[in-house]
Amino acid sequence: MNRYPAWKYVIIGVSLAIGFLYTLPNFFRAVPAVQIASAKATVKVDASMKDRVAEILKRASIADTGIFFDDGLSPSVRVRVTDDDTQLKAKDVLQKELNPDPSDPVYVVALNLISSSPQWLTDIHALPMYLGLDLRGGVHFLMQVDMKSALTKRLENLAGDARTLLRDKSIRSSGISRVDQSVEVRLQDLETANRALPILQEGLPDLDLKVVPEGSLFKIVGTIKPTAVQQIQENALKQNITTLHNRVNQLGTSEPVIQQQGADRIVVELPGVQDTARAKDIIGRTASLEARMVDASPEAMSALAAGTIPFGDEKFTETDGSPLLVSKQIVFSGDNLTDAQAGFDGQTQEPVVNLTLDAKGARVVRDVSRDNIGQRMALLLFEKGKGEVVTAPVIRGELGARFQISGAMTAGQATDTALLLRSGSLAAPMEIIEERTVGPSLGADNIARGFLSTVYGFTAIAVFMVLYYVLFGMVSVIALASNLLLLIALLSMLQATLTLPGIAAIALTLGMAIDSNVLINERIREELRNGTAPQSAIAAGYERAFGTILDSNITTLIAGLSLLAFGSGPVRGFAVVHCLGITTSIFSSVFVSRGIVNLIYGSKKKLARLAIGQVWKPA
Amino acid sequence: MEFFRLKKDIPFMRHALVFNIISLITFIAAIFFLTTRGLNYSIEFTGGVLVEATYATPVNVDALRTALIKAGVSEPQVQNFGTARDVLLRLSLKDVEAAPSIRMEEGKITKLDPQKLTANVLSAGGGNPKITREDFVGPQVGRELATDGALALLVVVIGIALYLAMRFEWKFSVAAIVANLHDVVIILGFFAFFQWEFSLTVLAAALAVLGYSVNESVVIADRIRENFRKLRRTSVDQVIDNAITSTMSRTVITHGLTETMVISMLIFGGPTLHYFALALTIGILFGIYSSVLVMAPITRWLGVKREDLVKPVKKESTGEMV
Repeated sequence: MNRYPAWKYVIIGVSLAIGFLYTLPNFFRAVPAVQIASAKATVKVDASMKDRVAEILKRASIADTGIFFDDGLSPSVRVRVTDDDTQLKAKDVLQKELNPDPSDPVYVVALNLISSSPQWLTDIHALPMYLGLDLRGGVHFLMQVDMKSALTKRLENLAGDARTLLRDKSIRSSGISRVDQSVEVRLQDLETANRALPILQEGLPDLDLKVVPEGSLFKIVGTIKPTAVQQIQENALKQNITTLHNRVNQLGTSEPVIQQQGADRIVVELPGVQDTARAKDIIGRTASLEARMVDASPEAMSALAAGTIPFGDEKFTETDGSPLLVSKQIVFSGDNLTDAQAGFDGQTQEPVVNLTLDAKGARVVRDVSRDNIGQRMALLLFEKGKGEVVTAPVIRGELGARFQISGAMTAGQATDTALLLRSGSLAAPMEIIEERTVGPSLGADNIARGFLSTVYGFTAIAVFMVLYYVLFGMVSVIALASNLLLLIALLSMLQATLTLPGIAAIALTLGMAIDSNVLINERIREELRNGTAPQSAIAAGYERAFGTILDSNITTLIAGLSLLAFGSGPVRGFAVVHCLGITTSIFSSVFVSRGIVNLIYGSKKKLARLAIGQVWKPA
Repeated sequence: MEFFRLKKDIPFMRHALVFNIISLITFIAAIFFLTTRGLNYSIEFTGGVLVEATYATPVNVDALRTALIKAGVSEPQVQNFGTARDVLLRLSLKDVEAAPSIRMEEGKITKLDPQKLTANVLSAGGGNPKITREDFVGPQVGRELATDGALALLVVVIGIALYLAMRFEWKFSVAAIVANLHDVVIILGFFAFFQWEFSLTVLAAALAVLGYSVNESVVIADRIRENFRKLRRTSVDQVIDNAITSTMSRTVITHGLTETMVISMLIFGGPTLHYFALALTIGILFGIYSSVLVMAPITRWLGVKREDLVKPVKKESTGEMV
């Protein structure tokens, strides 16, 4: 009765082996590394950078232990080296080679730490647990996006659009304005109102329009549709996140976290950054987009060849490296750009970027484009007072509120360009509502403390269990250890963020998980006390205890899950580990421990007694 | 080794009334302190600024306090944190606004300026101060946390009550919830009485305790059900007494082991985990007591009967395995 079929042992063996494999990376310490990321929004690090870096290091005869290309949201190349000295040397060399002009760096070369776990582990996605800020040090910001002003901004734009629409059809209005969260168009009589309504309805699909009498006059009131509100908020949040990404990349931080939290909040976590003031400065900075005409007149060209810059022009460098003279006069700015999306041309199926301007921008761009067909217009992104050319397309015809940029682009490039154009400004202002800074020494201290308390607690439990339940105690300890192994493996697989409360949850979960084994062992003793034969006592003990174990774990899980659902910050870190730990504990305390017990006792036909410590029988 | 050699069942139910009165008194005391003293909420709930700094030499906490008062802070909270060289400052948002020499303006919000703080205040406490941690929590975050916390508590209670009602019977479910809420209230009572800092992690601990000590009630309820099936001619009181007595050994050993882990956190976990471990300790100790001495008597007051638990349908599962 106490035998497991072979497949059960296979399950136990395989899951423990997988557990061991995925726990393994956590034992490799972090080693120094140099990270190369883009410093400019217009430059992207790609796989070819890896070879370039390898070559530079080879020329400088600096030995590395691996160069990795990380293709994430902010792609980077990392070079692993053996010690701190090499790290500094490598950084200096790469800095010099990659940024020929130190005043205008193209790449951020930063010091970093990466795991020294072997490549084959990384290949099977066995990565060490991700450490939270409280364990590694860094800065955490929680930002509130001011959605109301995002809506207001949009409504202002819509009011402007309404003005242009009516003027185009020569409908006279006696005033168009944004009133609170709606757009109001005042009109002389009902007939005009009825004529204006379909035009506005077609031109402004985001608004719910209604004709309302007002004294002797009439007005059309447009309230924004709920679906449009949601769209605007989502876009605002997405745009702010993109902008933040571009800015954070400049810090050269490894693994920054920029995430949406709830409907209107953004979390920014910058591990390893010590200088909060600088971090805040960079995050709070506003980049701006400017559209200006390219000066390609023969005079300008000859001036450029002569190395001078004509009056009223500025010199920029195009993405391909060639110089570009651009007029100082601004056609429209990022404030006028309401949207930029990548798409495909209806006729040619070529990738394009669709731009949408507000009424004011549309008016200006129409006039300028009409007079400059065949000329180029440059779209420039300014950050820290320095401009970058995003793109400089040729104007093919008269442009309106909506126009597109096309020409020799891949779909990916179109997406990047659209993103860059949008990142010119924040869609809505943000304010920091929560901020945490943790020094690196405090982080290391927290790890050591969490680790120590778990180790000592575990040892004390193990000693007691072995003394009290002898062989069964030992089995329980093995089960508990396998629980720890599986839990850490699961956390590593999920790449969950481990925080100090998370470590506390590991310790607490272990302390609670032993309950299952105590229940089982007590039950077996009780059966023995009642005179049951040893083999049957084992079976009955496990069988009977199982119902109780399941019930109690489910109630604990209910508590854990609701913490997960409603908790935030440290509570969440605690809850994730707690819930996972309860799940693994059922597996290990029942299944694994039974497997071991069966292995020890299952084949013994004439079993006289069990090594479960003393079983006292009342006289 | 075996600790418990109980020859006869301990007559817990005979003294049920006494136990209930004792727990009622502790419960009322906890409520009393919660209402009169209130909880000492951490800045996570109230909004505010928390600064941890480390010095080269032991800190003169009094001098720091005086410096803060001079800067305009009305009730400065300064304490040693971990070692004599580490110090923890806690300032409310109002305090920061009232002290121009340590704040900076940033948009609409007035915020602490770490450089100014180091120069104008921290330097008074000793040599070479360095800020190791700085937390700022805006006022809107705190309000949300409080509602979320209350909501989490509610969901835990309802979830567990429903589950127990489904698995056992409503009387057990009510008794278990009352018993375990009693634990949570007592934990909060302790925090109110000693004015320990009530932070998010403490809240997590309190809710974890709720889930944990329900285990206890489940184990006893399970045994009561089993006894109702097995011991057919015994009174309800005897059945409950036997259930508690026969699970006694497991109760004490399990709690002892969990508590071992928690004490290890209390000793080695450092100041960050201190109150978390403390809340767990109180919860675990009262958890033993409440399941045995609160939950069981309440089930009896509610008039639990054999028929409630031993349903004919479930009979086959009681088939002898021995």
